Amino acid sequence: MSSDSPVAARLPRDPPMSPLPSTFALFVAFAKMSLAGFGGVLVFARRAIVDKHRWMSADEFNETFALCHFLPGPNIVNLSVVFGARIRGLAGSIAAFAGLLAPPFLIVTTLALLYAHYGDVPALRRVLNGVSCAAVGLLMAVTWRMMLPLLKRREPVALVMLVAVFVAVGVLRWPLPQVLLVTIPLSIAATWLAQRRGAA
Amino acid sequence: MTGLGTLISVAAAFGWLSLFAVGGAAAAIPEIHRIAVDLNHWMTDAQFADTFAIAQLSPGPNVLIVSLVGYHAAGIAGALVATLAMCVPTAALAYTVSRLLHRAGDSPWPALVQAALVPLSIGLMAASGLVLAFAADGSIAAVVLTVAAAVLAAATSLNPVWLLVAGGILGLLGWI
Repeated sequence: MSSDSPVAARLPRDPPMSPLPSTFALFVAFAKMSLAGFGGVLVFARRAIVDKHRWMSADEFNETFALCHFLPGPNIVNLSVVFGARIRGLAGSIAAFAGLLAPPFLIVTTLALLYAHYGDVPALRRVLNGVSCAAVGLLMAVTWRMMLPLLKRREPVALVMLVAVFVAVGVLRWPLPQVLLVTIPLSIAATWLAQRRGAA
Repeated sequence: MTGLGTLISVAAAFGWLSLFAVGGAAAAIPEIHRIAVDLNHWMTDAQFADTFAIAQLSPGPNVLIVSLVGYHAAGIAGALVATLAMCVPTAALAYTVSRLLHRAGDSPWPALVQAALVPLSIGLMAASGLVLAFAADGSIAAVVLTVAAAVLAAATSLNPVWLLVAGGILGLLGWI
C-alpha cells in the first residue's frame, strides 16, 4: 500500500471525480477487477473505483460497501449492483453485475468441465488434495485474523454468539437458515443491550 | 432425478441459501456442503474438497464455488442456474434498497445490525474451516499441512498463492 499516501494527499484539494463511465466501461472495469481478484475481489474493486478511475471518493466507497455488507448475499456482487445503479441506473447495475460474474464464470465452468474429464487422474487427484489442505489452512488463518479484535476487546456477547454459531453449524451440522433465524435476532438484541449499557 | 427436476432443486436450494449468506461465500460453505453432499448427493466429500481447491485457484468472487457445485449437479445449465440463484435475488434486493436509501439519513440500525452480524459470520467461517478440514484432511500428513498453512498465513505476510502452490507440489510428490 505504498502508493496510498500520494493519492490521499491529492484528494482534499482535487476532490472527485472523473467523468462517469459509460455502461460498457462499467462492464469492462468490473470484468478486469474480477479477473484480477484471486481470493477475493474487494481489494481490487476499491483500487479500481477509488484510486485508478476516481469514480468515487474513499468515503463514498466505504459508505456504499457498508450498505452492501449489511445486506444478505455476496458483498462484492451487491457492490457491483449498487455502484452500477448509482452511475447508470438499472442498465449500469446489469453491466457491472455481468462484468463481475460472466468472465470468471466462464473460467470456473471450463475448470469444472476439465475436472469432470480428468478428475480421476491420480497425479491431479494428489495435487488437488494438497491444494485443498493448504486452502483450508488459509481459510482458518483468515478466520483467526478476523477473530483477533473480538478477542482483544473481550466482548462476552460477541464471543458467546460466535461459539454458539460455530457449534450449531460446524459441529452439530444444523441447517444455516434455522440457526440464523434464531441467532440474528438474539445477537441484535444482545448487541443493543450491551451498547446501551456501555453508553449509560 | 434428471434434467429439469435437478435444475429446480438447484435453483431452490441456492436461492433460499442466498438470503442467509451473511459474511460472504466462505461463511456459507457448511450449508453448501450440507445441500450438495448430505441432502442431495450431488458430490462426495472428496469432490467437495476438490471443488473448494479449484474455487480458490480461480479468479473472481468466492461465490463462484456454487457454480462448481451446480456443475456437479446438472452440468453447464446447473452451473448457470446455481450462480444466478445465489446472486440475483440478493442483487435485486441490494438494488432496491440502494434506490430507497438515497435519503435515509443516519439511522443507527445498519451499524447495530452490522455489529451484531460480525461474530455470527466469523463463527460461520470457523465452521467452514471445520467442515472443509473433515472433507479434505484424510491423513495425518494432510492435517499437518493444513495446520502449517494456517500458522504460516496467520503469522507471516506470505502471499497465500505460494501456500496453495506448495500444497499442490507436496500433494503431487505423494506426501499428503
